[in-house]
Amino acid sequence: MTAAPPAGPGVVKTAPGPTAPPPPPAPRGRSALRTLSRALPVSPALVLLILFLAGPIAYCAYIAFTDLQLTGQAEDSFVGFENFRTAFQDEAFLNAVWLTLVFTILSSLIGQNTLGLSLAVLMQRASKPVRTLTGGIVITAWVLPEVVAGFLLYAFFRREGTLNAILDWLHLPSQNWLFTLPILAVSFANVWRGTAFSMLVYSAALNEIPKEITEAAEVDGAGGWRRMWHITLPMIRRSIGTNLMLNTLQTLSVFGLIWVMTRGGPGNRSQTLPLFMYEQAFQKSMIGYGTAVALLLLVVGSLFSVVYMRLLRTEV
Amino acid sequence: MRPTAVPLLLASLLTASALSACGSDSGSDADTLEVSFKQSTDNSIRVMDTYLADIKKQFEKANPGKKVKLVPIKAPDSEYYTKVQQMLRSPKTAPDLVYEDTFLINSDITSGYLKPLDPYLDKWEDWDQFIDTAKSAAKAQDGKTYGVPDGTDTRGLWFDKGIFKKAGLPADWQPTNWDEILEAARTIKEKVPGVIPLNVYTGKPVGEAAAMQGFEMLLYGTATGGNENPLYDPASKKWVTGSQAFRDSLQFVETVFKEKLGPDVSDALDPNIMTRVRGEFLPEGKLGINLDGSWLPQDWQEGSGHEWPEWSEKLGLAYMPTQNGQAPGKVSMSGGWTWSIPSKAANPDLAFDFIKTMQTKANAQKWYIANSGIAVRTDVAEDPAYVKAQPGIKFFTDLVSSTHYRPAYPAYPRVSTAIQEAMEGVTTGDSSVEEAAKGYDEELKTATDNQVIKK
Repeated sequence: MTAAPPAGPGVVKTAPGPTAPPPPPAPRGRSALRTLSRALPVSPALVLLILFLAGPIAYCAYIAFTDLQLTGQAEDSFVGFENFRTAFQDEAFLNAVWLTLVFTILSSLIGQNTLGLSLAVLMQRASKPVRTLTGGIVITAWVLPEVVAGFLLYAFFRREGTLNAILDWLHLPSQNWLFTLPILAVSFANVWRGTAFSMLVYSAALNEIPKEITEAAEVDGAGGWRRMWHITLPMIRRSIGTNLMLNTLQTLSVFGLIWVMTRGGPGNRSQTLPLFMYEQAFQKSMIGYGTAVALLLLVVGSLFSVVYMRLLRTEV
Repeated sequence: MRPTAVPLLLASLLTASALSACGSDSGSDADTLEVSFKQSTDNSIRVMDTYLADIKKQFEKANPGKKVKLVPIKAPDSEYYTKVQQMLRSPKTAPDLVYEDTFLINSDITSGYLKPLDPYLDKWEDWDQFIDTAKSAAKAQDGKTYGVPDGTDTRGLWFDKGIFKKAGLPADWQPTNWDEILEAARTIKEKVPGVIPLNVYTGKPVGEAAAMQGFEMLLYGTATGGNENPLYDPASKKWVTGSQAFRDSLQFVETVFKEKLGPDVSDALDPNIMTRVRGEFLPEGKLGINLDGSWLPQDWQEGSGHEWPEWSEKLGLAYMPTQNGQAPGKVSMSGGWTWSIPSKAANPDLAFDFIKTMQTKANAQKWYIANSGIAVRTDVAEDPAYVKAQPGIKFFTDLVSSTHYRPAYPAYPRVSTAIQEAMEGVTTGDSSVEEAAKGYDEELKTATDNQVIKK
């Protein structure tokens, strides 16, 4: 979340590059030594990665196959796929999967992505002061810590909140948004927060389109929409892919925002997978089951990634 | 040495030292006693902080060279338990003394988080001052004792005399069955608009308080289950499913929220509602009837931030009646907290000395009064200074005779969550009483490893 992703197509580059020519044969002993001395500088990083990244992931994968509980259990034992079986028979889990999909498609695919692109296109044509101002405001939403953003939007949506105050002032019926439409409220919050990122990616991509091509199309008589469809979109295709993937993965793991706004409630009406996982692992003390759900979340994420990568490949 | 080797060496040295630092950092200093406790989520409430600071001073004076480090854990109930359990899992994070809720203690004992205190208790003469129910509060199924209780509690109905007057209800109100509570709430709703007629804690965000203050206060007073054990059947050692008593209690909760007699559902499901009831709704005269615990006045005492010494004139107390007024007529639930020593504590002996300091008669009495607790030490209970210290103490102490204890077996915390879920379902209207009860029966099977019996 904090690290800026590498802009550009590198991330989703799937077509294999030309195979490198085989290295000139060298005396065996020397080559091994050379490989070793070359590997040496990266070894501390490698050790750290294994310790702090691969280690916990492997441990997590192991726990998912046990019935480990936080309390009320003397010994935990290996239970195989039991946790996964339970998950697929658990209505609350299926509900969480469904809500996660709704949340992701609403807020990431439709919201952040489309809105980000529109803003980027509009800003290209706007005057400099407007551009600076809009950019500043949108990016502020992105820079705010998740919890702060959550509280702001909680204050906006709650029963005595800003939104209802505005509606009252307009003599429109007010709503208890966090109660009646919690998934929509949290989706909106995620759009509010994440659009800036898409906007930045697309602004960068749009600036890369050579002016001559657009001008040539204009001379040929292509209108605004046609230029968008036939020139702009195909040319920033790779950025769209990157952006979609990053947005989706990030949205799938949104926890703080929803936790602060609704805690997954009321009932389970805004309980996406990360919240479901937290509830099972820490509130119901079933660490094993919660971890299994975490692994399933990982699967959902990779499914999305595979779909995006496929889409991009067929278009190449 | 090649030039690249130097930074490389440095890097590996740094890594090594960072890693070893992770390993050596722990609270195993023999002279420092780490005492963790639960801090209120309301910043102006510092009852326990103040009390422990005082004990710390006494303890450090009596034990020169020893230091006490207070470790506050600031979290709503349900998150507090999780945090503590995580701390207890590792010797690096385990404190020397931990504040445990009796509802969870058996579960934590089963996990092996706590140390049996019998060797210490045998040599401690004050232990004989504790009443029997208190002694058994932290006694596990293995017969050993794992905690020293710092008081107990009972539960009843608090009502706002001002609101009652406006609604034309008596100032010495005492309902004799559930319908009379609902009737009073309906009258308030009709005659005093703008106030919450009746608060019953409900739902997962509220946690165990919803299950105990809310649900069990109803369940243990039902006509069909009240005199027996409506949750757990001790004869068969199984948890009870499909009972009419459970449905009746859910029905009451549903009525409260369906008829809008309770707080707005979004407020009722706010994890901080307990703090709001004490700090906002009751003192500001916004709540008619509140089904709650005996400890409320601790927030209203002098120096607490929500000082409200007039509460005893503004609020009335009534016991919780049984469903149809059947014998014994009233219901109360009791729980309480204990001080326990984690099995991974570094300084258990010192920790027990700290418990002893907290439990001198004078200090214990100070705590009961500050905490609005019910004394579990006979010497304090008999002290007239204690009985007179606070209005309400007598009312709640008398309830001890008709009180019930939770079946706080290891599975109980998960049973409690299942209860909270069923309550939340009928509170939001997402499920009917029948659906919620069925959901509970299903959940109970997983929570208790199928140790269920139909009644």
